[in-house]
Amino acid sequence: MIEFYTDNAQRFIDGTLVTVRLALLSFALSVVIGVVIASCRVSPVGPLQRFASGYVSLFRNLPLLIIFFLALFGLGDLGFVYGGFATAAVALGMYTGAYMAEVIRSGINSVSSGQAEAGRAIGLGFIALLSTIVIPQAVRTVIAPIGNLFIANFKNTAVALTITVTDLTFVSRQLINQTAETWLSLFGAAAIYTVILLFVGWGFRALEARYAIKR
Amino acid sequence: MADALVTMTGINKWYGELHALKDVNLNVHEGEVVVVIGPSGSGKSTLIRTINRLEPIQEGEILIDGERLPEEGKGLAKLRAEVGMVFQSFNLFAHKTILENVTLGPVKVLKMDKGEAEQRARDLLERVGVGHQADKYPAELSGGQQQRVAIARALAMDPKIMLFDEPTSALDPEMINEVLQVMLDLAEGGTTMVVVTHEMGFARSAADRVVFMDKGEIVEENDPESFYHNADTERARDFLSKIITH
Ligand SMILES: Nc1ncnc2c1ncn2[C@@H]1O[C@H](COP(=O)(O)OP(=O)(O)OP(=O)(O)O)[C@@H](O)[C@H]1O
Ligand SMILES: [Mg+2]
Repeated sequence: MIEFYTDNAQRFIDGTLVTVRLALLSFALSVVIGVVIASCRVSPVGPLQRFASGYVSLFRNLPLLIIFFLALFGLGDLGFVYGGFATAAVALGMYTGAYMAEVIRSGINSVSSGQAEAGRAIGLGFIALLSTIVIPQAVRTVIAPIGNLFIANFKNTAVALTITVTDLTFVSRQLINQTAETWLSLFGAAAIYTVILLFVGWGFRALEARYAIKR
Repeated sequence: MADALVTMTGINKWYGELHALKDVNLNVHEGEVVVVIGPSGSGKSTLIRTINRLEPIQEGEILIDGERLPEEGKGLAKLRAEVGMVFQSFNLFAHKTILENVTLGPVKVLKMDKGEAEQRARDLLERVGVGHQADKYPAELSGGQQQRVAIARALAMDPKIMLFDEPTSALDPEMINEVLQVMLDLAEGGTTMVVVTHEMGFARSAADRVVFMDKGEIVEENDPESFYHNADTERARDFLSKIITH
């Protein structure tokens, strides 16, 4: 049993690195999308509000796998050809971004109106107000749900194997086919996901304890 | 007399059906201290919030130093920077330190050099008596200290006029005086101020003029001594008899 893991250690490590890179990249993209879409949603500009809520409805109501295929074939037909990895990062980032926008918006709503008012009173414009006063406070109140999104996004990277990304789940499936060690292959991947995400959960709790705003 | 710093002419404002400001005219001259009083819901907050357009108006004209209040946008932000505002509930930025609260406006809006902004902020915090709290967060300060920081934050923009909306009414009684003292010092130093407050002591020692509002109208403008002893209007006398019972 130990031999199975020592023999295949490098493949597990490679798969894990792909998964981690994909998770980080798509999460970073989802944060950017989430901030932009949430800002549009609370902006006083009607078309921006409608664009933002349209985005959220669209990406929340499509299965992730469909978004992956759309990204792969849709963009391909339009003449944009990216590798599986880049396509997966973009598709996943856009998907998680919709949820991120909702989480950030709820955070924005939790910031008291007096904070924005004080910012306007010293002459901050809409963008400066959001970026220096409202969003930094909003994010602090939603560290826990952002942590949940990070974890969900991390696990969702597994879907990328369907578009030929050689992530951790891909590696474990490949090992099943090549070695017939179904349980050991699955257990290896499962253990790696679990250990990483336990640490991530712990990290987010620490962040929350550190940055939650005292009122 | 020279042109007024703030000129409000024919102001009408509605919240939906509610006529919150009715044909209000008010001038505030440089160096003047105007105290606004009146019953709850009479439109005092609405009035001073229209001065920096935190509340838009539907009719009338507001000039600040001869300039018409711009609509939303860059011009409005610039003009707001010239009008300092202090709120009843302090509204210090909760995620920023005391020092950052005071430097934020000068750095982000006035594009002042950070070092210079900090130096000025420390001087201002010293002046309002909270110099040693500079690195704390708002929640770690008492209400009176937070309100003094809020005053320093507004002053840091070097405003032409300071607006105060019941700055002491959210405070425990023992903290009211420390805030009023800062305001008295400002008044003495020649700062132009419009203050919504029921603190009669402040009005009598600092105000040049008392404006009494009721039901969205300015009912009476008077000097403080006459106003408190012998108001011209029945509505003001009636209001005063109710608040001066304790
Ligand atoms: N944002 C708002 N939307 C609707 N109505 C409002 C709003 N703000 C104030 N009002 C109404 O306008 C009227 C004037 O309110 P305002 O807050 O100016 O009174 P005030 O004199 O400051 O009272 P207080 O002494 O209680 O602070 C009140 O009837 C109030 O209910
Ligand atoms: Mg009020």
